[in-house]
Amino acid sequence: MSELSGTARHNISFTLNGETVSGSAEPRMLLTDFLNYELGLTGNHVGCEHGVCGACTLLIDDNPERGCLTFAVQVDGRDVKTVESLAGREGDLNDLQLAFRKHHALQCGYCTPGVLMSLTAYLEHTPEPNEEELRDMLSGHICRCTGYVGMVKAALDVVEQRKAKA
Amino acid sequence: MADQIDTKPYVGQSIERVEDGILLTGRARFSDHQPTVTGTLHAAMLRSPHAHAEIVSIDKSKALAMPGVSAVLTGQDLTEMASAFLIVIKQPMQHYSLAVGKARYVGEPVAVVVATDRYKAEDALDAIEVEYRVLDAIVDPQKATKPGAPILYEEVGDNVVSTREFSYGEPDKAFAEADRVIKLTAPYPRNSQTPMEGFVVNADYIADTDSYDVASNYQGPFTSHPVMALALGVPSSRLRMRVPAFSGGGFGVKVQIFPYVVLMCLCSKVAGHPVKWVEDRLEHLSAAAAAPNRVTEIEAAVKNDGTVTAFRFDQLDDYGAYLRAPMPGPLYRMHGTLTGAYHIENLAVRNRVVMTNKCPSGMIRGFGGPQMYFAIERLMHRVAVELGLDPLDVIRKNLVPAGSFPYRAAAGALFDSGDYQTAVERAVNEGGLEDLKRRRDAARADGKLYGIGYSVVVEPAQSNMGYLSNILPAEERRKNPKGGAVSNATVNVDPLGTVSVTADSLPQGQGHATVLSQIVADELGLTPADISVNMELDTQKDAWSIATGNYSARFSSSTTVAAHKAAVKVRNKVARIASVTLNVPADQLEFADGKIFAANNPENSLKFYRVAGSAHWTPGSLPDDMDPGIRETGTWSPPELEPPNDQDQINTSLTYGFVFDYCGVEIDRDTGQVHIDKYVTMHDSGTLLNPLLADGQVYGAFSWAIGCALFEEFAYGDDGSFLSGTFADYLCPTAPEVPEPLILHMETPSIFTPLGAKGIGEGNVMSTPACLGNAVCDALDIETVSLPMTPSKISALIHAEETPPPAGGAKQAAPAPAGTGRVIKGSGETTVPAAPDEVWRTLLDPDKLAAVIPGCHSLDKVGDDSYRADVSLGVGVVRGRFRASVDMSDMDPPNSVRLSGGVQGPLGASKGAGNVRLKAVDGGTHVTYDYTVEISGKVAAVGGRMLEGAARIVIGQFFQRLVSQVGGKTAAAGTSPAGETLWQRILRAFGIGR
Amino acid sequence: MKPKAFDYMRANSVDEAVAGLAKTGEGARILAGGQSMVPILNFRLADPELLIDISRIKELDYIKIDGNAVQIGAATRQAKVMAWPELADRIPLLAKALPHVGHFQTRSRGTICGSLAHADPSSEIPLCLAMLDGEVILKSASGERRLAAADFQTGMLSTAKRDDEMLVAARFPIAEAGTGYAFDEMAQRRGDFAIVAVAATVSASKIRLGVGGVADKPTIVEWGNIAGDELDDALNAFAWELGGYDDVHATARYRRELVRRLGRRVIEEART
Ligand SMILES: Cc1cc2nc3c(=O)[nH]c(=O)nc-3n(C[C@@H](O)[C@H](O)[C@H](O)COP(=O)(O)OP(=O)(O)OC[C@H]3O[C@@H](n4cnc5c(N)ncnc54)[C@H](O)[C@@H]3O)c2cc1C
Ligand code: FES
Ligand code: FES
Repeated sequence: MSELSGTARHNISFTLNGETVSGSAEPRMLLTDFLNYELGLTGNHVGCEHGVCGACTLLIDDNPERGCLTFAVQVDGRDVKTVESLAGREGDLNDLQLAFRKHHALQCGYCTPGVLMSLTAYLEHTPEPNEEELRDMLSGHICRCTGYVGMVKAALDVVEQRKAKA
Repeated sequence: MADQIDTKPYVGQSIERVEDGILLTGRARFSDHQPTVTGTLHAAMLRSPHAHAEIVSIDKSKALAMPGVSAVLTGQDLTEMASAFLIVIKQPMQHYSLAVGKARYVGEPVAVVVATDRYKAEDALDAIEVEYRVLDAIVDPQKATKPGAPILYEEVGDNVVSTREFSYGEPDKAFAEADRVIKLTAPYPRNSQTPMEGFVVNADYIADTDSYDVASNYQGPFTSHPVMALALGVPSSRLRMRVPAFSGGGFGVKVQIFPYVVLMCLCSKVAGHPVKWVEDRLEHLSAAAAAPNRVTEIEAAVKNDGTVTAFRFDQLDDYGAYLRAPMPGPLYRMHGTLTGAYHIENLAVRNRVVMTNKCPSGMIRGFGGPQMYFAIERLMHRVAVELGLDPLDVIRKNLVPAGSFPYRAAAGALFDSGDYQTAVERAVNEGGLEDLKRRRDAARADGKLYGIGYSVVVEPAQSNMGYLSNILPAEERRKNPKGGAVSNATVNVDPLGTVSVTADSLPQGQGHATVLSQIVADELGLTPADISVNMELDTQKDAWSIATGNYSARFSSSTTVAAHKAAVKVRNKVARIASVTLNVPADQLEFADGKIFAANNPENSLKFYRVAGSAHWTPGSLPDDMDPGIRETGTWSPPELEPPNDQDQINTSLTYGFVFDYCGVEIDRDTGQVHIDKYVTMHDSGTLLNPLLADGQVYGAFSWAIGCALFEEFAYGDDGSFLSGTFADYLCPTAPEVPEPLILHMETPSIFTPLGAKGIGEGNVMSTPACLGNAVCDALDIETVSLPMTPSKISALIHAEETPPPAGGAKQAAPAPAGTGRVIKGSGETTVPAAPDEVWRTLLDPDKLAAVIPGCHSLDKVGDDSYRADVSLGVGVVRGRFRASVDMSDMDPPNSVRLSGGVQGPLGASKGAGNVRLKAVDGGTHVTYDYTVEISGKVAAVGGRMLEGAARIVIGQFFQRLVSQVGGKTAAAGTSPAGETLWQRILRAFGIGR
Repeated sequence: MKPKAFDYMRANSVDEAVAGLAKTGEGARILAGGQSMVPILNFRLADPELLIDISRIKELDYIKIDGNAVQIGAATRQAKVMAWPELADRIPLLAKALPHVGHFQTRSRGTICGSLAHADPSSEIPLCLAMLDGEVILKSASGERRLAAADFQTGMLSTAKRDDEMLVAARFPIAEAGTGYAFDEMAQRRGDFAIVAVAATVSASKIRLGVGGVADKPTIVEWGNIAGDELDDALNAFAWELGGYDDVHATARYRRELVRRLGRRVIEEART
C-alpha cells in the first residue's frame, strides 16, 4: 500500500453497524473523533484517550478494541460495531440492555456503551463466566457512578437467561 | 430487582429508570454530541509546566501564523477584556481564566489557541514561546504556613488567607475537667471523583446584543452565574446558560467549569465564531478540581467511661492555587455538624484556609464531609483503644439520644429526625457483627492480620446558601445576612392533556427524571410513563435561582419538594375545573388511573386529559379567577435554613441522614495489600423515593470511597510537579477492586420535607474511608494511618525493618532518594582515555560541548560560562525538542566544575545541577559525577514510572559522548547500537545497562 | 490530547514494511497493536514521521512450533496466544503471565512482539522471554538476524534493534519436563503495569528467578536448588542488587520487599 501523507485527508470507507459508511480523515485522526465529529454518531464515548478507561470500546471485526487507540484510516475496509448496533430497529433493547436497565447497571450512562460492547464480545467468547471472571474482564472499564454491582448482576442474569434458552 | 410496577403510589417503589432506554442505545446526546453551528472553532490550552513561575514573556506570533489558527489569547489579553473573578473572602487574590503575571500550579492555562479543529489547535500550542522565571514552589500545607515559605500572593503576604475561631459551650472547662485528653492528627489527601466525561463548553458571542449563549455541562450552583456575568461585564440576563439533559457524571467537579465558560465566551468574541472546548483527561486530572487536602488536629476531652465531653478542631484546609467560588465551601459546609453523630455540647474550632502551588480545590462529592469524618471517626476509635473500651461501645455511649429530635447540635445543625441507636442495633444484628468478630478471631488465630472498623456519620443534604457567611465575623454578617435555598420545578399540561416536567436539578446520572415522574404521576393519578421529563435547563427560559444545580445531595430534599408543590398546584387547578362538570367539590375528587372521580362515587368520573386539555381549548368555561392553560411552577425555600446567629451557630443543611458502617479487612503480610472481607452499611435517609436508585447512590459513593481509602491521590513532587496525569497513575478502582457492600435501610422520615426524603448520595464517601482506616489500624495495632492506604505504605508499617544488604556480598545499589517527589538523584563514574586538561577543554569549548550534549541541534555561548542549546531528548520512542540552558560555576580547572541549568519544551520542563570531578589516573582521567534533576510538566504527569530510568539514560548519553569525544572515537549518535557495542560497555561502566 | 501529524503506511507484507523503514530511517516507527504507541502519540510524547502499520500483515499472524521453540509472529495478538489450546503445555510461564498483561480489551489488540519491542521494564512478556532464554527475530531490508532476549533489551524502553529493523517474530523455548514454572506480580489494580513482577523456574538442580519492574529491564538470577535461610539470603542479596526506585505508587524499599517476598512465593510455587 502506498503511503498516506500526514497533512492530507484520505478517503476511507468501512462497515459501521451493518451499513457502509465513508468519509475522509488525516492519518492522525482517531477513530473516536471520526465517529463522533465526521459521522455524527452519539454512542461512542471518550473518557481518557489513553486506553485505560474503556469508554470508547467498540468492536472491530468483532474484537473488542479501544476506539481511542485506533486511527480512522486503520479501519478502512473493516467491520466496526458500536452500541448503536445492539438494539433492534424499533429501539427494542436486547437482553443485555434490558438487564442493565433492570439491575440499574448505569447511572450517567457515559461508560455504558463501552461496557456493553465488551460484554457483547466477552459473552461470545466466554458464555458462562463466573463472577470473578466477569469482574476481571470488567477491569478494562472505569465506571465512576455505579460501583459495578449492577453491571455484574446484569451480566450474570443474561448468562442465566441465555443458558435457559440454549 | 426492578420490575415495572402498576400500583400507586409510585413514590417509594423501585421503578426502572425512564432515562435508560436512550442511554443504553447510545442515542443520548452528551455535551460533546450536541449539534454545533457550521464554522464552530475549537480551542486548546497551553498549560504551565511549572508549579510557580513568573511569566516573563509570551510570543504567540508563530502560533498565529499556523494553518487554521484564528486567535491566540493570553492572560494579559484577558485583563483587557474581562474582570477578575469575584471570590468569597476579602483578599487581593486576582484570578482570571488564564494565568496573569505568574503561573501558580502545573496545568494552569497560560494561553488559549482557537483553530478550525482541535488537532490544529494543539499543533499551534507547540509554537507558542513562553519565557518563565521559575520560582520556588510550596506544596505542603503545613510548611506553607511557616515564615519563609514561598508566597503565592505577594499582595496578601501570607499563604494563610483566612483564619476563623469558633467556640460553642465551654470547651476550655470541659478539657480542664476531662479525665483524659486524646489527640490525633488526621491528614486527608487530595482526590476527586473524576467524572468520565470532562468539561465541555460551547460558547457563542452574539455581537448585536453583546450577549453570550453557552451550552455546557455546567452543574451549578448558580451562585457562579453572576460571578461569570460580572467577569464578562454583561448583565446576567445576557449570559444564557444552557445545559443538556445528559451529563457524564459530575460529583461536584463540574461546578468548577465556570472559568472555562468565561474563557470560551471571550474566545468566541475575539474569533467571531462559536468556540468549543472539550477538556481532555490530562487537563482534567491536572487542572479541573480536587477536594482540598486537609490537616486536622483533633482532640477529645473524655471521661474514663468513654463519654466525650468536648472536641477541639484545628483544621488547615488546602485550596491549592486559586480560591474559586464557592471555595472555601468544604471547610464551612459541614460546620453545623462538627460534632458528628454525637451529643457533645462543647466545641472549639480553628479554621484556616491555606494556598499552595497545586490545582485549585473544588466541590467534590462529600464536600468537606470526608475530611471531617476521617478526623472524628479515627479519633473515636483512638478514644476506645486508649481507654481499653470496645469502639462500638464508645460510639453508642456518645450518639445523639433517640427521642431528642429535632436536635440542635453545638455548632447549630438542626438534626431533623432519626433514631441512631436503633439503626446501630439493627445493623449489628442484620449485618452479622458477631459472626464477623468470630471471623476476625479465627483469622488472627491463624496468624493473619485482620481488623474490624466502625464509623458513624450524619449525612447533611440541601445546603443552606448562608453556610459560607460564617467565614465573616458576626458584625460583618449582620450587614448582609444570607440563608435559605430556593428550588424550582415546573409541571406543564398541554392541550391534549399530556404532562411534562422541567426542574432545576441538572442531573448527572442520578435518575432525577425517573423520581420526578414518580412524584408527579402519583399526584395526578397517572403513571410515570405518562410524564415526560425534560432535564435540560436554559437560564433564559426556565425557572432557576442561585441554589439551582446538582450538588450537596440537593435533589431529594429540595427539587422534589418543588416538583411536588407544582404537581399539587396542577392537581388543584384540574380538580377545580372538574368539580364543575362532575358537580363534586374539588376537595372530594380523587385522581387515579388517568381519571378524576368523586371519592364516594368512582363511577362519576372524567378522563384527566380531557379536563386538563379544556384549560387550553375552552378557556371561557374556566372559573372567573382562573388563568387559562396549565403550567405551574413550584418554588420552595425551607424556613429552617436561617442565616447564622450571633453565636456563630448555623443550620448548614436542611436534612440529616444517618449512616453506620462496619467492616472486616485482612492485610496480606507479604504485599501489604488490604482486602475487604466484609462491608456493612446502614442508612437512614428518611423516606426512600426509589430504593433501586437509592442503592445505586450508595454503591457509587462506596465505590469512590474505596478509591479514596485505598487508591486515589493527586500526587505532587516537592517542587510542585504534578505526577498523576493519567488513569494509570490516578487509580480509580475497577470491578475487581470494589466489593459489594451489604446495604441496610431504615426509614425515619424527615419532618422538614413534605415527602420525608433526605439525601443518600454522599454518606459513604464520609463513612467508608474512616471505617476502613479504623479497620486497618485495628488489624495492625497502629495509631494513625494516612490515605490512600496503598500496599507500599502498609508494607512500610508491617515490615518493620528492612533486611540489610549482605555484608560484602552482592553489590549494593545506590540508595534510593527519599520521598515521592520527582527529584531524581544519581551518581556515577567512568574513566575517560584522555588527560584531565583535555577533558576540561572539551567541557569549555562550545563546539566540542555541542557534540557531547545528546541530541544537540545548536549551542550558543551566551555569557562567560553560560550556554543556550536546542536539543532533542528522549528514550525509546518517547522524544521531544527542548530549549536548554547550562551554566558552569565553582570552576576549579582542571579538577572540578558544577553544571546547572534547565530544559523546557512542549513535553515539560526540568532543572538540575551536577558536579563533575576529574582526576588523573593511569590511561586517562577518572571522572566522577553526581546530579539532581527535577522534572515537571507533561512528562512528569504522564510518564512517572519512566522518569528515573530516562534521566539516567540521558545523563549516561552525555558521558558516553564525552568519552568518545575526547577519546577520539565516533559517538554512536543518531543510530541505535547493535549487539555488544561501545554504547553498552559504557552503560555497563556507568551501572546503567545492567 | 491529539497526535501530531504523521504519514501512514499500511504494510501488506514484511518486505513492504522493511522497505518503509529503510527509506525513512530514524523517523519511521512500526505500529502493531498500538496499545502503547497510540497513548504516547496522543500525549504528543513522540513525533514519528511515518507509522508503518503491520497489524494486517497476514504472514506475521501465526503461532507455530519450530524446533524446540514456539515461534510467534509480530502481528499475533496477545489474545490469540492466550486462547491457543497448547499454550499451557508448551509455554506454561507465558500462560500464567498473559492474564496479567493489561485487560481483555487491550490483549485483543496488543501484540506479543509489540510488548517486546516497547521494552517497558515492568512488562510481563519481556520478562517471560528473558526467563526462558528466548530469542527475537529481527529483519531489515538487508537481512535477518536473531538476538537472545538478554541481548535484545538494553534498558528502559531501549533495545538493540536498529532503526531499519523490525521484529518479525519471537521464539519462546518449549517447556522442559521436570521444571516447574510460576509467575506472580503485584499491581495495585487488576491489569495495571506491575510494581514488581516475578517469575520462577525450578528444576532438580537449579532455580531461576526473574524480576521485572525494579531495574531498567527484566533481570534474571540463577541459583542451585537452595532453600530455607540460604534462599532468603540469596533473595535479599538479589533485591539489594536490583536496587529499585521511588515513584508515586511505591518506594524502592517496597520493591525490594516484593522481590524477597513474592520471589519466595513463586519459587515455592514452581517447586510443587
Ligand atoms: C490500559 C492498558 C493497560 C496495559 N497494561 C499492561 C500490562 O499490565 N503489562 C504490559 O506489559 N503491557 C500493558 N499494556 C501495554 C500492552 O497492552 C501493549 O500491548 C504492548 O506494550 C505493546 O504492544 P502493541 O502491539 O500494542 O505495540 P504498539 O503499541 O503498536 O508498539 C509499541 C512500541 O513497539 C514498537 N513495535 C511494535 N511492534 C514492533 C515490531 N514488530 N517491530 C519493531 N517495533 C515494534 C512500536 O514502534 C512502538 O514503539 C497496557 C496497555 C493499556 C492500554
Ligand atoms: S477513551 Fe479510550 S480507553 Fe478511555
Ligand atoms: S454510569 Fe457513569 S461512569 Fe458508569
